Amino acid sequence: MTQYILRRLLLMVPVAFLVTILVFGLIRLSPGDPLVIYAGEERDPAVLEALRHEYGLDQPLPAQYVSWLTHALRGDLGRSLRTRQPVTEAIFERFPATFELGLTALLLSISVALVVGTLSAVKRNSPLDLLATGFTLAGVSLPNFFLGLLLILIFALAIRVFPPGGYTSIREDAFDSLRHLVLPAITLATASMAVNMRQVRSSLLDAFSQEYIRTARAKGLRETVIIVRHALKNALIPVVTIIGLQVGAIIEGAIITEQIYFWPGVGKLAVDSIGGRDYPVVQAIVLLSALSFMATTLIVDVLYAWLDPRISYAHGASS
Amino acid sequence: MRWYLRRHPRLFIGGGLVALLILVAIFAPFIAPYDPTAVDVSQTLEPPGPAHWLGTDDLGRDVFSRTVYGARISLSVGLIAVSIGFTVGVTIGLIAGYLGGIVDLLAMRAIDALLAFPALVLAISITAALGPQIQNAMIAIGVVAVPLYTRLTRGQVLSVRERDYITAARTIGASGRRIVLRHIFPNITNPLVVQATLSIAFAILAEATLSFLGLGAQPPTPTWGADINYSQRWLSNLKWWMSVGPGLGIFLAVFSFNYFGDALRDALDPRIRRSG
Repeated sequence: MTQYILRRLLLMVPVAFLVTILVFGLIRLSPGDPLVIYAGEERDPAVLEALRHEYGLDQPLPAQYVSWLTHALRGDLGRSLRTRQPVTEAIFERFPATFELGLTALLLSISVALVVGTLSAVKRNSPLDLLATGFTLAGVSLPNFFLGLLLILIFALAIRVFPPGGYTSIREDAFDSLRHLVLPAITLATASMAVNMRQVRSSLLDAFSQEYIRTARAKGLRETVIIVRHALKNALIPVVTIIGLQVGAIIEGAIITEQIYFWPGVGKLAVDSIGGRDYPVVQAIVLLSALSFMATTLIVDVLYAWLDPRISYAHGASS
Repeated sequence: MRWYLRRHPRLFIGGGLVALLILVAIFAPFIAPYDPTAVDVSQTLEPPGPAHWLGTDDLGRDVFSRTVYGARISLSVGLIAVSIGFTVGVTIGLIAGYLGGIVDLLAMRAIDALLAFPALVLAISITAALGPQIQNAMIAIGVVAVPLYTRLTRGQVLSVRERDYITAARTIGASGRRIVLRHIFPNITNPLVVQATLSIAFAILAEATLSFLGLGAQPPTPTWGADINYSQRWLSNLKWWMSVGPGLGIFLAVFSFNYFGDALRDALDPRIRRSG
């Protein structure tokens, strides 16, 4: 097991290196001069030249890359071109809001998916099951920005139960903070809820047809015990994988949802920075989301091996 | 045929939905009652009614017509992006899987690097980097799809590479190119077709998201994502119909391809027991 983890970590090094090159290269492809945007009304060539030098933009690309990477490794991702705030600071400031939204959505998605998915597998072809399978099909096809607008329209504008957007810190006013959280959390949770529900249901159905369930029934165990202790325990292994990947994609999911609800998180920062050609910020967010995605993928694989003793990674299970 | 219909009704429902969608896109000028970009200041913000089925926007443009025309952008981006991803991904997968060794190792690390990015983050960064244009959105979504096809193809190639008929072909002196194209590829198309159908659904959703963020086709071109973004400013005045047309468009398009893809998977792969 330790060997497997070490091997995976070693494999991650060249991939992470490629990722940094991609992130750096992509942003430098962009048309338009970021300095002109930054400098605003300032058009004096001498001033622009001085700024270009200050930001190292007059260096050849490989040199810029090396300098960017060495700084990044020390946790220095440069300064925002728009606000001059250090990028790391800007991201850390907004991360709690994203984390709060992402975690709430994930908990909502998992709990509903588990309960409804299980019921729908146990009572197969019942009205509830049909409703649930309908929801799983619809949930993955509904774009979250449209769902978000519908929810705002219905629950914030037509009947004014929840605010249409904004954010209150939980330390300021817990109740108000919760009210602001409801609609974005539902919006963000729906797609993953559909995926998870489908997975819970199909792996449970799979588990029900296994021999050990027949054995458990033959032993005369109560149905609840069979479902919870025997079937669910095994059925949840693939579910864990999917949920793990969703944790890694929290920033990704937040991009659209935060934009719609004016949620002051990393996703909104990303969209604002793309619009404002704030290269260092965009670069940093893309890099961080890729690295966190890679890390969670590794953790998921390790968890998987630990949960399912049948899987052995001892001999070359590459890529 | 009738036997097939009875056995796989979902395949026909899904196929029918997809065909309908394509017909709507092709015959948009005949279906749409108005020019989708025609401004009519006497008819602004009309609610849905007999003259305008889905109402009009703040410039008096007919929402239904814009929704019908929006299918063109969505479907063409979906099809072209998936073709890019399919061609590049399958080619790399065939070469890496067949040659193995250092080529395989390098190709797969590059693919791992692409997979390290969450799909949407990658698509957004590529489009933002290349500039907000419809062609760039197609390229971006295509690149995002490449790893899926490479991994799928490579896995399939590895599983058929050692079969007897491949050895036989090699024994009679067939070239590597011939073996890959004539003997390996035709035997691995089924899962690829299923994946392609499902990724069109993803591509349509991704295109809508990119245009929602202003990174797709630029106004006044009618696209579902951009129209929803545009409708946001009238939401607080409860002009809901501006969002509903394009929103339903995206939903139906993505749903149709997802449904068709699922049905295809069941029909083409008898090993998978469907549980619902």
